[in-house]
Amino acid sequence: MTAPPLLTTPQDDFAPALLDPDHPLPADVTSHTTRHPVRRFAVYRNNVTVGLIEAVRARFPAIERIVGDDFFDAMARTFVRAHPPRSPILAIYGDAFPDFVAGFPPAAEMPWLADVARLETARTVAYHAADATPLDPAAFAALDPARLGAARIALHPSAVVVRSSWPIVTVWAMNSDEAPLGPVDFGVPEDALVLRPALTVVVHRLPPGTAVLLAALTAGDTLAEAATTASGATPGFDLTAALAVVVGTGVATTIAFDPEPQP
Amino acid sequence: MTTKTALAATVLATSLAAALSFTANPAAAQGSDKEKCYGVALKGQNDCAAGPGTTCAGTSKTDYQGNAWKYVAKGTCTTMTTPKGNGSLTAKSS
Repeated sequence: MTAPPLLTTPQDDFAPALLDPDHPLPADVTSHTTRHPVRRFAVYRNNVTVGLIEAVRARFPAIERIVGDDFFDAMARTFVRAHPPRSPILAIYGDAFPDFVAGFPPAAEMPWLADVARLETARTVAYHAADATPLDPAAFAALDPARLGAARIALHPSAVVVRSSWPIVTVWAMNSDEAPLGPVDFGVPEDALVLRPALTVVVHRLPPGTAVLLAALTAGDTLAEAATTASGATPGFDLTAALAVVVGTGVATTIAFDPEPQP
Repeated sequence: MTTKTALAATVLATSLAAALSFTANPAAAQGSDKEKCYGVALKGQNDCAAGPGTTCAGTSKTDYQGNAWKYVAKGTCTTMTTPKGNGSLTAKSS
């Protein structure tokens, strides 16, 4: 599929001029009062740029608190000029922001910042994900212990796991009024589970190895297979703590078993 | 293979029982008494903070250019302690 040729020429001129103040006025832009409405176009360009910066700000409130608004404004402006929207869905605009932050030299002394941004991205993704009813813990209690290992557990459509080498949940929580500001041990890696079990997006700090278990369950492994994988990948893996997440957070939506083999 | 599975089943059952005992409140108890408000997901997305009819942000030419970066992170990162000192960016003085 190629784009209709009719649409390419004017847009190729118009789009770059929207975000680049040094770009000349697009040839086709005119008004009834002046042939080359440079100032009018500058107003339009300003509204586009500010609108996009505000969209990024709305998605990354913790990042803004961490770096301050001057730094954030400038970083976001650099981002929106380098990464204009590729979709009309404003809710997903900024998906590329964490990677941009990771490669943004002025933020290099905060190597954990990009992962905090990934956590914030996940919160918006979870917010807009499909609704689903979490399994009641009683459903797990009712399982036949002998068949437990063969259980295939489907995870909630809103569930997003963000793994990090940095204490991203602690940093995020301190900058989201979830925890008081205080000393942070940046030597502690944290994995986050972002989830919207009902109407509110929640962030859980995962016990070590639980992210591996959840990834294996997502891939369709049985509970026994997933537990074995997580245990092998994680020294000191605590299966009870991991299962407490599976059972207690609402991350599980269905339990299924393979059909019995026919004789 | 079967031995391994049988062993895992015992361990799993024990761990699940312990995990269930931690789980006093069913996840389903999380409030479902409020309606999700579709369409107002994020505030401010269509705002022009500088106000319509202005040209400041979009026409700014003070773009980021490598060594000309003048913004110093001064949010809460200055209050978070890291092994290498605090988390704030110090201005690149050169």
